[in-house]
Amino acid sequence: MEMKPLTRIVLGLVCLLVAIWLVAPTLVVVPMSFNGNKSLSFPPQGFSWQWYENFVTNPEWSTSFLNSLKVASIVAVLATVLGTLAAFGLDRMKARPANLLRMLMLTPMVVPGVVLAIGIYAVYLDAQLVGTLPGFVLAHTILALPFVLIAVSANLEVFDRRLETAAASLGAGALTTFRTVTLPLILPGILSGLLFAFATSFDEIIVSLFITNPYLKTLPVQIFSSITRDADPTVAAVGTILLCATTILIGGGMLLLGRERKGRL
Amino acid sequence: MNPRPDNRGAAIDLESVTKAYGAFKALDGVSLRIEPGEFMTLLGPSGSGKTTTLNVIAGFTDVSSGKLLVGGQSVVGVPAHKRNIGVVFQHYALFPHMTVGRNVAYPLTLRGVGQDDRKRRVAKALDMVKMGDFAHRYPSELSGGQQQRVALARAIVFDPPLLLMDEPLGALDKKLREWLQLEIKRIHRELGTTFVYVTHDQEEALVLSDRIAVFNRGRIEQVGTGRQLYDEPATLFVGRFIGDSTVLRGETRSDGTGTALNIAGETVAAPRRLAGEASPVILLRPEKLAIRRPGQADGKNRLSGTIAEAIYLGSGSKYEVKLGDGSTAIVRSPLTGENFGLGEKVELCFDGADAKLLADDSTADTTLT
Repeated sequence: MEMKPLTRIVLGLVCLLVAIWLVAPTLVVVPMSFNGNKSLSFPPQGFSWQWYENFVTNPEWSTSFLNSLKVASIVAVLATVLGTLAAFGLDRMKARPANLLRMLMLTPMVVPGVVLAIGIYAVYLDAQLVGTLPGFVLAHTILALPFVLIAVSANLEVFDRRLETAAASLGAGALTTFRTVTLPLILPGILSGLLFAFATSFDEIIVSLFITNPYLKTLPVQIFSSITRDADPTVAAVGTILLCATTILIGGGMLLLGRERKGRL
Repeated sequence: MNPRPDNRGAAIDLESVTKAYGAFKALDGVSLRIEPGEFMTLLGPSGSGKTTTLNVIAGFTDVSSGKLLVGGQSVVGVPAHKRNIGVVFQHYALFPHMTVGRNVAYPLTLRGVGQDDRKRRVAKALDMVKMGDFAHRYPSELSGGQQQRVALARAIVFDPPLLLMDEPLGALDKKLREWLQLEIKRIHRELGTTFVYVTHDQEEALVLSDRIAVFNRGRIEQVGTGRQLYDEPATLFVGRFIGDSTVLRGETRSDGTGTALNIAGETVAAPRRLAGEASPVILLRPEKLAIRRPGQADGKNRLSGTIAEAIYLGSGSKYEVKLGDGSTAIVRSPLTGENFGLGEKVELCFDGADAKLLADDSTADTTLT
């Protein structure tokens, strides 16, 4: 449909405003990370790499970063294995109970984070899981599982199960069929699930704030306590690094999903 | 390729095979012997049990009761992947993440065939279906007909003694279908294996098969060559399903020599009697009916009617004639015959010896539509 030039200009301006609004916080953080002064002020004054340097050299920061990496890596693997198995089971179940179970497993996405956090915290106090690696892994896996489930289920939905019948007719047993036919075809879903799970755990803050203690802090927790304590501009540097990392991860995941969709058409 | 098949095919025996889903019997006591190297077509409308029979032979579906032997060995309870039977599906079922070459090599890799031997056999199978130049393509880059030829190559590359095909040409257009039918026939001759082919298309069945098993409602109505089924249908259903036919129903009178039917005041007779209680009908093939102008028909068996449809076929004409009782007769007349227009009054006549006397079966009509 042909648009009038004026309509086109107005529409373009509105889109631009919304876009700026959406990325504004990001645009604030990135310049601040190069601030020359020791303050979290905007606009920044001067230019320096010192906050990046501080992030690498200060053990408070580097330890929490490594903690986050460790937790997120284990969560990614655990959530991917469990989520893929769940997606398979649900795909091969009768529709009604499967839908109920699926909704149940997706609840962590809907339930407010604080509610989950309080529940997890209460249980962890008794189980002595507060501030422990298993504690973080367990809690984050609950939150990451739905993403894997969704990604793998989407792939399984377009997967043609008749290919498995064909593989059987050609001599492949159930395991061989899974390895040579099913798995390669749903791998994009599994990989994007893995990336989403990693990202979910890596920047999780609400539950982490509840179950953290001085012995085990993840990076978002460290950012939060740092900014409430002394407005250290290092948080801006960390924020920028995180932004880059998650953009690459999520972007990669979306690309994988998108390529899979296109390949099916 | 060996031009003379040396009976490398397996025989198949189905004995009273039944498959029930709750109260519904998809197969109801099916017995069928398929000879080694035979091209057997399972023909029938959808839901008649032909595909279920194929799935039972392939091992995709368990039987509820009955015996199933392939090559003299019972395969009941043997999983599909251990049966060594080639299957070609209507939807091709090529693996989209593998090239044509790897698709065809797949069953050989599973069987631990060495690389050189594998390459040679893949090339041979692809050449046989005339897809030798496509080994490096992906299935998504091929047309439907090409994909189905690759699927065929994949199903024969491991030399199975039996090849099952489930409406393999169902998704293709008519011209391509007719060409591939001849290709499949040629491949069957060259391989000498047993082919079991499922279709609902009776013309396809006639083109391809040594013998045809006609399925209806989970049972086999008749097994025979195309000619036998056309000339001597055992049941009204077979007569209706194979080729065109005219079915005459009317008030019946039987005596020692034959059966007479009264159709809207006109009487026709067949020189036979039907055993049993069922009410008889007369079935006539289109070329056994002669079409004449009123008063010019000869013989005892005459029926008057009106032309309801006239179809020019090139090699002749086909007429649908509305009879006195409202039923429709189908007549084929040669090119040399007279031409008739819509609405014209005509008379049909036939030789009583050409009339097939069959037991009436009210379900024969409903299952066809």
